[in-house]
Amino acid sequence: MGKLEAIGVEQLRSDLPGFGPGDTVAVHVKVREGDKERIQIFQGVVLQKRGSGINRTFTVRKISNGIGVERIFPMHSPNIEKVDLLRRGRVRRAKIFYLRGLRGKAARIAEKR
Amino acid sequence: MVGLIGKKIGMTRIFDENGKHVVVTVIEAGPCYVTQIKTNEIDGYSAVQLGFRDKKEKRATGPEIGHTRKANLKPFYVLKEFRDFDHSENFKSGDRLDVSLFSPGERVNIASKSKGRGFQGVVKRHGFKGGPVTHGQSDRLRAPGSIGQSSYPSRVMKGTRMGGRMGNDRVTVKNLRVVRVYPDQNIILIRGAVPGSMNSTVEIRK
Repeated sequence: MGKLEAIGVEQLRSDLPGFGPGDTVAVHVKVREGDKERIQIFQGVVLQKRGSGINRTFTVRKISNGIGVERIFPMHSPNIEKVDLLRRGRVRRAKIFYLRGLRGKAARIAEKR
Repeated sequence: MVGLIGKKIGMTRIFDENGKHVVVTVIEAGPCYVTQIKTNEIDGYSAVQLGFRDKKEKRATGPEIGHTRKANLKPFYVLKEFRDFDHSENFKSGDRLDVSLFSPGERVNIASKSKGRGFQGVVKRHGFKGGPVTHGQSDRLRAPGSIGQSSYPSRVMKGTRMGGRMGNDRVTVKNLRVVRVYPDQNIILIRGAVPGSMNSTVEIRK
């Protein structure tokens, strides 16, 4: 391992489930308000995973009140309490940005079997 | 003032105690060895000369070998002076300095050679705004505009900012925060960017 990659290795986490693009996940995020901490759940479809090592992130998209909302999470962030893998989707590419142009029935993803 | 010579490894990010990303520059700093101590009495100024990165003796010139041998050391690739070093009277030639000089949370100044940018126009080099985009203008987008007056003085003033070679200058960035120090690996993490490319030599001063 290079000297650069060795930085922050102790912060990498291996407790998240192996999810990928097309999967539906519920991300439990720690939210700090003043000195109180609570858990917020962001549920949606994983569009992509990118980066490597501590720079790795994943994008989750959901439709909130009819408006598409995407959130990018650092994969190894200590602010992610846990990630629930709810449904595995069958998609044929690693980045499913085409989902952004689709709505309703067309935006469904077949379940992986 | 205390200082150390280091090598820029690159940039990455880590999570702080609040779970926020902090962008850091990784610098491999030291160990440095004191090769010479300059004093007011002998040299007219006070400084400590440090050596960094061992050089094979067969690659070093005779004067380099002779100079470092005075301190009972092997030659170095990098020799740099640090003026007005704290407690320099307590140091002696051959002493070893490492990143334990610094601790997280401290502010440091970092000097290095910036990346060479080649021949650049005035917009990038001096921050000129360029010309108007609309109103029938053509070929004025990144033009410098007027560079002086007419028949008097009939010449361009010295120092007028124009295009030219940019970068490869010594640049100092002040008040950078030390995020972490790994004394066993001689690694120091600095918040934010540091001048220079990967593997360039940097001077860290406190």
